Amino acid sequence: MTTSVRDLQERSFGATLRRDAWWIAPALTALVLGSFGIYATWAAWVNRSFEWGPYLSPFYSPLINAGWWPLSPAFLILIFPLGFRATCYYYRKAYYRAFFLDPVACAVGEPRHGYKGETKFPFIIQNIHRYFMYAAVVFIFILAYDVWVATRWPVNGVLPDGSMGTGPTTFGVGIGTIVMAINVVLLSCYTFGCHSLRHLVGGQVDCFSCARGGKARFQTWRGVSALNRHHMLFAWCSLFGVALTDVYIRLCAMGVIHDVRIF
Amino acid sequence: MAEQRTLRVFRGTRERGELKEYTVAAGEGSVVLDAVHMIQAEHAPDLAVRWNCKAGKCGSCSAEINGKPRLMCMTRMSDYAPDETITVTPMRAFPVIKDLVTDVSWNYEVNKRIPAFQPRKPDAPDGTWRMYQYEVERPQEFRKCIECFLCQDVCHVLRTHEKHQQFMGPAMLVRAAVYEMHPLDDADRREHLRHEGGIGYCNITKCCTEVCPESIQITDNAIIPLKERLVDAKYDPLAALLRKLTG
Repeated sequence: MTTSVRDLQERSFGATLRRDAWWIAPALTALVLGSFGIYATWAAWVNRSFEWGPYLSPFYSPLINAGWWPLSPAFLILIFPLGFRATCYYYRKAYYRAFFLDPVACAVGEPRHGYKGETKFPFIIQNIHRYFMYAAVVFIFILAYDVWVATRWPVNGVLPDGSMGTGPTTFGVGIGTIVMAINVVLLSCYTFGCHSLRHLVGGQVDCFSCARGGKARFQTWRGVSALNRHHMLFAWCSLFGVALTDVYIRLCAMGVIHDVRIF
Repeated sequence: MAEQRTLRVFRGTRERGELKEYTVAAGEGSVVLDAVHMIQAEHAPDLAVRWNCKAGKCGSCSAEINGKPRLMCMTRMSDYAPDETITVTPMRAFPVIKDLVTDVSWNYEVNKRIPAFQPRKPDAPDGTWRMYQYEVERPQEFRKCIECFLCQDVCHVLRTHEKHQQFMGPAMLVRAAVYEMHPLDDADRREHLRHEGGIGYCNITKCCTEVCPESIQITDNAIIPLKERLVDAKYDPLAALLRKLTG
């Protein structure tokens, strides 16, 4: 068999000498990210069943009343977390591989041969990731506030239509409160492990012993780095966390399931 | 007891070559480089292969084994099923000289163009510098690089798109990070990284990190921090305004 060196190059899509199942990871990524995208678009579009009792879906938090906006307010909210994830250094790897096939897997042929990377429009826009990170940090506090609100229950119980009614409230914790709290923890682990945050808190410093507040910056950088090492894990867990929190509250609001008040 | 194993090895030059099949005995614990040496000893004394330490530290025996960039000396034969034919080819991102040997001199040329280490003015009373272990640990991770160039080989910007003129590749970005993040260094390499280095071509797909035999976190610890430093200089209007206000 005569094979020129050129024949050994991966010159067509999927061409490779690899024998492992390299296509499973990008296929799974495409399936899960695609499914989340479809679900999130639908959940934002319907503009109902997003709150029950003291619970509020993260897709609709903070509650805004935008009369001038013809669509669901969720779209105004989701632009920030969506932008944060779309420009995230981990998700970039995931979707460049799964959707742009650039490359679909390491040492596997690509479908396109004109390549500009992130040097030109549109992908040069990825460089604004830190601005979305600022917004994502604000959202952590908003969602943490929602968890606190989710511990305030009406003394006379939630009304049959799922609203809080008027009257005094008391402290209480339901399954939904715990679901919302876990969601905030996962989102915090993801957001506070962000590569841009890591850079801004200390990554840009070369000489910590010479910089103002260098010791504190080093400790902060080390803390962010510890979360950053598991950025992929938290990226996925927090994605599932957001979706499951919305599903749980939606099912409560639709009357499909009944929330259990723990205390 | 030694098992009979079949290997398909690339034989030829950059113009012409073929995958030739050889069967050799591979004992317990043997690695692909051992099998290649057996081929040299028993079947093909003219088979060209670059190797040196056989301990994963010299970075000489880089090749592609069943399509994956790996060090031959660190890849055990037992990683593959006994009846599996193991294909060994040279690195794709560099021109073949002969058989499994490639010309990696391009990397050294790129390395020469990286602005050199430039220490800041001595600031200790004795006319020298002080630095602490905790702040030099970051660039020390990159010093583990053994220059096997597997990361350059797997990087699709070089391997598939052949942007050798525009992009320096992950190994050279690691090299630049050694200086750029050093606590004593005073040089600014961001313009070099942007233009000559073409750091924007990297789209963070992390193949370089996956193949690094030294487990250097190339993408997370070298490339992304360098990209962020470039954002500071070129793509962050707030940072630019702050710099203007604070002089």
